[in-house]
Amino acid sequence: MPEYSWPPKEKRRLMGKRHDRIDGLEKATGKAKYGSDLNLPGMLHGALLTCPHAHARVVSIDTSAAERMPGVTAVRLIAKAGDEIQWAGAEIAAVSAKTEEQARDAVKAIQVQYEPLPHLVHEHDLQKAGPRAKAAGEVLEGDPDEAFKTADVISEQMYGIPVITHCCLEPHGNVVRWQGDKVDLYPSTQNVSGIGGDLAKSLELPAAQVAVHQDHIGGGFGSKFVADRWGVEAARLSKASGGAPVKLFLDRATELTIAGVRPSAYGVVKLGAKKDGTVTVWESRTWASGGFTGGNSPPIPYVFTRIPNKRQNHSAVSINAGGARAWRAPNHQQACYLTCSALEDLAAKLKMDPVELFKKNADWTPRPEVYRSQIDKAAELIDWKKKWHPRGDSGSSHLKRGLGLALHTWQGGGHASQARTTIHADGTVEIELGSQDLGTGTRTAIAIVAAETLGLRIQDIRVKIGENAYPPSGASGGSTTIGGVSGSTRRSMTHALDKLFDVVAPVLGAPKEQLEAVDGKIQVKGNPAKNLTWQAACAKLGMNKISEMGTNDPKNPGGLTSAGVGGVQMAEVEVDTETGLVRMIKTVAVQDCGTIVNLKTAESQTYGSVIMSICAALMEERIMDAQTGRVLNPDMEFYKLAGIGDIGEIVVYMNMEKEYDDRGVIGLGEPPAIGGITAIANAVANAIGVRVSHVPLTPERVLAALERRNA
Amino acid sequence: MHAFEYASPATLQDALKLLGQQWGQADVLAGGTDLLSLMKDGVHTPRRVVNIKGIKELGGIQASGTSVRIGATVTLDELAESPVIRKSLPALRTAALGVTSPQIRNMGTVGGDLCQRPRCWYFRGGHGLLARDKNGQSLVPNGENKYHAILGNRGPAYFVSPSSLGPALVALGATIKLASTMGTREVEAARFFVTPASDTQRETALMPYEILTEVVVPIGMRNATYEVRQKQALDWPLAAAAVALKMKGTAVESARVVLGHVAPTPWPATQADQMLAGKTITGDVAEQAARAALADATPLSQNAYKVQLARVAVKRALLEAAKGRA
Ligand SMILES: Cc1cc2nc3c(=O)[nH]c(=O)nc-3n(C[C@H](O)[C@H](O)[C@H](O)COP(=O)(O)OP(=O)(O)OC[C@H]3O[C@@H](n4cnc5c(N)ncnc54)[C@H](O)[C@@H]3O)c2cc1C
Repeated sequence: MPEYSWPPKEKRRLMGKRHDRIDGLEKATGKAKYGSDLNLPGMLHGALLTCPHAHARVVSIDTSAAERMPGVTAVRLIAKAGDEIQWAGAEIAAVSAKTEEQARDAVKAIQVQYEPLPHLVHEHDLQKAGPRAKAAGEVLEGDPDEAFKTADVISEQMYGIPVITHCCLEPHGNVVRWQGDKVDLYPSTQNVSGIGGDLAKSLELPAAQVAVHQDHIGGGFGSKFVADRWGVEAARLSKASGGAPVKLFLDRATELTIAGVRPSAYGVVKLGAKKDGTVTVWESRTWASGGFTGGNSPPIPYVFTRIPNKRQNHSAVSINAGGARAWRAPNHQQACYLTCSALEDLAAKLKMDPVELFKKNADWTPRPEVYRSQIDKAAELIDWKKKWHPRGDSGSSHLKRGLGLALHTWQGGGHASQARTTIHADGTVEIELGSQDLGTGTRTAIAIVAAETLGLRIQDIRVKIGENAYPPSGASGGSTTIGGVSGSTRRSMTHALDKLFDVVAPVLGAPKEQLEAVDGKIQVKGNPAKNLTWQAACAKLGMNKISEMGTNDPKNPGGLTSAGVGGVQMAEVEVDTETGLVRMIKTVAVQDCGTIVNLKTAESQTYGSVIMSICAALMEERIMDAQTGRVLNPDMEFYKLAGIGDIGEIVVYMNMEKEYDDRGVIGLGEPPAIGGITAIANAVANAIGVRVSHVPLTPERVLAALERRNA
Repeated sequence: MHAFEYASPATLQDALKLLGQQWGQADVLAGGTDLLSLMKDGVHTPRRVVNIKGIKELGGIQASGTSVRIGATVTLDELAESPVIRKSLPALRTAALGVTSPQIRNMGTVGGDLCQRPRCWYFRGGHGLLARDKNGQSLVPNGENKYHAILGNRGPAYFVSPSSLGPALVALGATIKLASTMGTREVEAARFFVTPASDTQRETALMPYEILTEVVVPIGMRNATYEVRQKQALDWPLAAAAVALKMKGTAVESARVVLGHVAPTPWPATQADQMLAGKTITGDVAEQAARAALADATPLSQNAYKVQLARVAVKRALLEAAKGRA
């Protein structure tokens, strides 16, 4: 049985160090091609007609004018007369034409009559939701009434966190060619191994007939797992156009309107505690919406799950707006916001330092020691002791500084993944996985694990991902990829090396158990002079090659990957109390992710996550219009996102101490994207002396809160 | 996208001949940073697009002893980097630098900034400049109006003038030159911006058959612009103020305070002007002027905060101008 486990930390040459991405240069220079960059010979362009009404019945659709438009090759109906449409932006018809402009013009020529029906697009006011709010039933634990009676202090506050979109830079879409009985799909997907089967099902084709090809994806954040209506329709347009490839990517407005959202969460949280800050009881009345199907309760109380007495009531509100999809750490930001804001408010009421209060209550979390040590580390990095002041006690200048913190958690165990390693007689090493690199550096991580295992350099490994013809590897969701692919890579490389040892052992005159692969050589342990270079060793394969599989089985990961992490983020802000503008001074992120494969991309994940948190804390929200039922800011202008000048300093500390490192590889895509929003909101409350109940913390909200405080 | 004819004439006269008598027949193309989005969104569907960047006489910045002439196709970057603007017209330089990103400043022009269309999301979403629903009612008062007007908003217009150069030019008393095949005319900057009273009107004095050729700005006053922006880049001011002060010793002889991004036009705050005459600018005076400037504000359901932001802009612009760097 070959030994799979990770080499001890001090023996690792590559893992855990900082490495550039192997595809960094091609991405930076534009050589990297995304699906939306493709321009295949004879390619047609697809466009969608979407519904302008938030709620309507389709009375009639007339495509005859569109069919006669120049360049049009096919027109397909998605909706039909009589259908009830539940949100603006819902797909009605699709057109393909020789040019993108012709396709868009043809879409405009389709005549649809609608019977508009009443709609609801806002959920922030539960009263106005009426029957469209469905109560989920009370969740009760312990005796909250008694606990409130005996509590020394009670703190109660309203909070709100809105719907935001994924806003992928590369919109959803694909290029697809359906010729004869074979489909070639060039998607923008987080699910290379799975999307082909999904498309095949809709097209009623055998799954083996759909070939998926994807080199790069320009962002997914949880919104790109399935073939989607536009994928299916593009395929059908291709077939209807004689098998020419059809490119159909959503335009920016449609992308922000229907390609997925993060659900909102609103509600009142009431906490009871002892004088020393120990929380004894939680009560919440919350509601949320992620579109027509409503919205589940976030997992509250978050992290502090063991608070003994709880009463929770939640309502799901159905609105007429584009639906939810998993959004980087689904429901965790909402849960964190409701929980860690409430704890900060409790600390303020007790005039206690929230660092002390969070540490005091760490026993209510599943990993008290992790959080306590992470809080201490973060506090040190942001200079909490020196800079923190009681809420509102921030000097007489109109510029007020404040500090805040939040905790988070995530699972992130590796998904099912298979990898095939091929070693050629010329020394070339290839590894194939039906995986994808979401921009997280998956390719590079695979190469690092492979090179570490074979004693080679990163550039000696040819990483092949992005084809569903390769061995299946899980979808990139739930921060499961790094654990999955590093496990399968490690095993397939170990198997292949074992086979190479079989060939080389007689040549070196040593039993294969005595061999090791180090620094581009196969050598005898304890006698490194007895060696063959990698090239010479592989040459012994003659006309053969080695091809070995390796599997990561989530049920039996063998110590290569595990799950469950903690993280702490702290923010320092400066608020201009005359304008209500919040400026980021510094964010500190302390994060656990088990064994680190590439420190550089691990840190990059965390930087990116913090930046997303700054967007969501300060500026980002989908704005719906009650009258027209439409999204008013489906653009990158009033759908505000932070730029370089808005993010301040970011300090990332990855936990690499032994107790973390020993755990195996754990995913990182999601956890650092959780706590930042709340840390920032708490810092603002600390700075200005009053809670701004709803994020994003726009000038109007900050000014309104200040006015309330002064009144 | 609507098919259109493209022309790139070399002289102003040729360009003028290519324009139409009605809006919609032809659109002037300068940097294209606004026109292209208008066309992609189907808000403008011109039959002809007339590129004016090849017309030499529309470029260049020239200073005389008392004024600066700025050609219409001068880019916002050229404007901000021009030594004479830097020295004498900081109000204009700050406004130009506020337009972010560098890409927009490199392409966007002075003429384009003045003639760009409002960013009101109902207008850009296809509901017309006056954002009316099918019954002719404006969608703004009962709608999402946090970025809309707090002054000059008694209807039917509720949008805010998007131009950041506008308030500075009005404060400085600039003149805008417009050419047509019939000749040229000069319009005071304050009269160039108009509040439309009906759907057939536009928000500037520009006629469909005219090209804005240049702007002439008097120099010699202390001036400054202050903008309140939520984001450092790719964003619009939530409120802004430009001020120009004629000084007599340390006191203000006469002042012009103009608010930006709070009304359908750059908004002259004449109460503040009157209040400032004869005063030396201190923190208190600036604060009083700021209050006077917004005394008549009539915020909508969601934009009362802009009153406060505009006050801050006035105060900070006055304090900056009083430092007397120009
Ligand atoms: C994200 C973003 C943020 C922005 N922020 C700001 C800001 O803060 N402040 C600000 O002021 N602007 C801002 N802008 C707008 C930008 O300044 C304008 O788009 C630019 O100045 C327009 O100049 P242009 O030469 O590209 O005009 P074009 O797009 O070429 O033309 C715009 C309009 O003016 C007409 N036009 C142009 N030149 C003339 C002329 N000489 N005579 C007659 N008509 C003419 C065109 O026909 C068209 O209708 C922003 C834009 C973006 C995209």
